[in-house]
Amino acid sequence: MHVRIEADKCQGHNRCYALAPELFDVDDYGQAFVIGDGTVPTGLEDKARLAVANCPEYAISIEE
Amino acid sequence: MSEATAPTGMYGPVRDWATDFDHADPTYNPRAPEIWAELRAAGCPVAHSDRYHGMWVPLTAELVREVAYDTDHFTSRSVVVSTSTIEAEAPIGAAPPITSDPPFHALARRLLLPPFAPKRIAAWEDDVRALCRQRLDDLGPVTPGETVVDAATQYAAHIPVNVIARMLGFPTEDDDLFREFVHDVLESVNLDPDERQAGFERLDAYIDAQIEAHRAEPREDLTSYLLEVELEGQRLPHEHVRGTIVLLLLAGIDTTWSAIGSAIWHLARHDDDRRRLVAEPELMPIAVEELLRAYAPVTMARMVREDHDFHGRPMRKDEWVLLPFPAYNRDPAMFDRAEEVVIDRLENRHAAFGLGIHRCLGSNLARLELRVAVEEFLARFPEFELADPDAVAWSVGQIRGPRRLPVRIR
Repeated sequence: MHVRIEADKCQGHNRCYALAPELFDVDDYGQAFVIGDGTVPTGLEDKARLAVANCPEYAISIEE
Repeated sequence: MSEATAPTGMYGPVRDWATDFDHADPTYNPRAPEIWAELRAAGCPVAHSDRYHGMWVPLTAELVREVAYDTDHFTSRSVVVSTSTIEAEAPIGAAPPITSDPPFHALARRLLLPPFAPKRIAAWEDDVRALCRQRLDDLGPVTPGETVVDAATQYAAHIPVNVIARMLGFPTEDDDLFREFVHDVLESVNLDPDERQAGFERLDAYIDAQIEAHRAEPREDLTSYLLEVELEGQRLPHEHVRGTIVLLLLAGIDTTWSAIGSAIWHLARHDDDRRRLVAEPELMPIAVEELLRAYAPVTMARMVREDHDFHGRPMRKDEWVLLPFPAYNRDPAMFDRAEEVVIDRLENRHAAFGLGIHRCLGSNLARLELRVAVEEFLARFPEFELADPDAVAWSVGQIRGPRRLPVRIR
């Protein structure tokens, strides 16, 4: 599983970083980015789905 | 004057919510979710009013989203619907960046993002917690089953105002004055424009004096930061600094105060949710999002840039468009069990902090204050109830929350 953020859709709501800090981080401007290449380690799939389901801007997607 | 007995301003009581909508009618905020549901059920996805020189109100998630993203047809040059017609020009507006449009908006916003970014705001948690505990200590001796405290006026109202005053480097003892400014700018929206102007002048004079004091003696705070920071190689003009300070001072006060108050109002009325949060404090971050969804305090506004046909509605230049993000959050097309508070709701794309480029700059601070304020209130008072449901009074205007909230400690 991979997670991806569309940077131009992210408005810095910070939901992904709050819910899944193992997968997402934020820069000094509050802009989110995926950690590493976005590969979701085994056991964190639910957290990845939670981040997707809480992004108000629909900026996060998952590739299974 | 913020309670339901407040005068109804220039326009008088609303005659019909579909065609004579007025969010500043004192009967609106106490039952706003019912009004949105009634209008949607009656096949009215966009309400209208001739008040305020013309105002439109999209009520579905789909339409609120469309307006929020459409900065071409809808300008942010004024975001508080009022009788005043004198507004600063786009694209900067009177209180950048909230009143700014692209492309200037992104420049002005970028200056402010770092001090409000998640990791910088997280550093305030201990201070916010100490402040909450101090306010609870200040309530004095509490006798379970007897003592009644006003969770709005004695608790919620004091937390955000104190934090933002410290961030700006303003005297925290001026907090009563800051709440008066909030009332003048955000609540007295349907007074005669001349009366409104007096309130704005008082606010500007106060901020000018604070700016002068910071020029004379720079400090480590947001006011000094704004005086020193450069935008495209230039220091900010005085009007920009002052407008941004107006925004920072006022935007975070009654909004977060309302969110804290609404959360306590809900928990006073729902023993099951309150006891679950006491038993499972780890649920708090999820619960806070659900309380924000159900009781989102902030309705924004835009102005129609040029005449525009909006799904068959003939919007005219300079008419207002109210952006009720709280109605977005209650749309059953967007959320399962939209009218219920589901305290452990896991899928929650609520728009309490807006959508698109104007996402609330202070959202990380607001979330911190709301979570810590509720945590500390519950830690001190795990059992409480409304002392008198009829004594609860709601705000008037675009910010929705309880202004009087007497709760009895059990």
